[in-house]
Amino acid sequence: MAYSDKVIDHYSNPRNVGTLDKSKQNVGTGLVGAPECGDVMRLQIEVDENNVITDAKFKTFGCGSAIASSSLATEWLKGKSIDDALAIDNMDIVEELALPPVKIHCSVLAEDAIKSAINDYRVKNGMPAIELEKSHH
Amino acid sequence: MLKTPIYLDNNATTPMDPRVLEAMLPYFTEKFGNAASRNHPFGWVAEEGVDYAREQVAKLIGASEKEIIFTSGATESDNLAIKGVYEMYKDKGNHIITLTTEHKAVLDACKHLEKLGANITYLDVESDGLVDLNKLEAAMTDQTILVAIMYANNEIGVIQPIKEISAIAHKHGALFFTDAVQAVGKIPVNVIEDGIDLLALSGHKMYGPKGVGALYVRRKNPRVKVTSQMDGGGHERGMRSGTLNVPGIVGLGKACELCLNEMAEEAKRLSTLRNKLEKSLTELEESYVNGNQSHRLPHVANISFKYVEGEGLMMAMKDMAVSSGSACTSASLEPSYVLKSLGLSDDLAHSSIRFGLGRFTTEEEIDFAIEKTKQAVTHLRELSPLWEMFKEGIDLDSIEWAEH
Repeated sequence: MAYSDKVIDHYSNPRNVGTLDKSKQNVGTGLVGAPECGDVMRLQIEVDENNVITDAKFKTFGCGSAIASSSLATEWLKGKSIDDALAIDNMDIVEELALPPVKIHCSVLAEDAIKSAINDYRVKNGMPAIELEKSHH
Repeated sequence: MLKTPIYLDNNATTPMDPRVLEAMLPYFTEKFGNAASRNHPFGWVAEEGVDYAREQVAKLIGASEKEIIFTSGATESDNLAIKGVYEMYKDKGNHIITLTTEHKAVLDACKHLEKLGANITYLDVESDGLVDLNKLEAAMTDQTILVAIMYANNEIGVIQPIKEISAIAHKHGALFFTDAVQAVGKIPVNVIEDGIDLLALSGHKMYGPKGVGALYVRRKNPRVKVTSQMDGGGHERGMRSGTLNVPGIVGLGKACELCLNEMAEEAKRLSTLRNKLEKSLTELEESYVNGNQSHRLPHVANISFKYVEGEGLMMAMKDMAVSSGSACTSASLEPSYVLKSLGLSDDLAHSSIRFGLGRFTTEEEIDFAIEKTKQAVTHLRELSPLWEMFKEGIDLDSIEWAEH
């Protein structure tokens, strides 16, 4: 299977790899996937007092498309409010990276990671968790 | 100067040896006859080519040329052996024993027979990939007509105790079939000494052409028969109809001859290179060799690099052609059933890479592979949340993963 140029770009030069201090009040962490399934994503956001995401970091165990999906997600998250970030849909990632059908689950996982990180932040800061759609994979 | 990408996937297929191509070429053009044409020289010349190839194939496995049936490849040979034996001997019994780590052609032929009333035992292997002979013996019944166990495994290269297996099969009155695709031409295989009744081999795994293979069917002690699965002109002693693929067969014969002459030296050279590769790569923390290491083909290494995912890893090893037990590309997301049969956890199966060396692999290529693989594993571990957790001393089994 050939990868798209954008997948290769994100895979070869992943943006925002790293770790934020998950004990900080303004850091939300999402850890999704499972080692047995061959992909695990950890996505973290740092949020300012106006609920705007100022930093995002990821680490991913998975195939090239999973790494690229999470790398792209961190790019998109920076500068967005947590409400706007919730609107990121996995199909946007599929489109941007030209993922083939067998790799759609990578984008779903990235969307799950975003929502999970936002929820972690919300709960930490006294906001109710957003009801998540049951993931469709 | 090293030419990239380098090819280290010789268990999937091998490049054809130029000497094989040379032997084949006349049979496409001037020697184009139908080997079954008995009444003119065009047919005779083609038949001569086929007869010579039959001797070359037979010699490599210690058989007589009359015992070689040419087929389109190992998948067909596997099907003909299993379905053909079942159909021929089903009045004697309906039980077949095989392994969970067999090639799909064997497993799916068995599944097909299950629908027709066969009773199939799929034996698990031990954690080193080898069958436990006591378990095999215990599975034999008076209904067992066939034991179908591969000579060497395609993913991990482990060599089964063939002599002992055939002895158990024969003791209980069953025939023994072996899919020997990965073994023939790589290590000495002898149907007499090994007690093999039927054996499948393939051209393109031993530097011959694709689309041609053979089934050895024993003619003496006992005389084995299989019911043909392809009806027609009664070629190949009625066991496999269809005009013979003369150039392919000539190529297969030549490939067998080269293997016979060069196998010993080649195996020595390749095992030295393989061991160098394996030793260097297992210097990486948390990397593990899969499968038994003392009963193994000389040219295969299957290594799991924990906390990195195989497909992602292969992408980073972009100048090398290897394969992975990770099935991330398949819809099922199920990793290799062979590695799972060894009792490997799914995450280790997802993290495995198979390196398959071959006749044209050089030491320079192995040095390149070592360097690139080490770089790739290190790079991907920097990206891996699991590696970070491992380094922090977090027990990954203690985490409740959201399985999807």
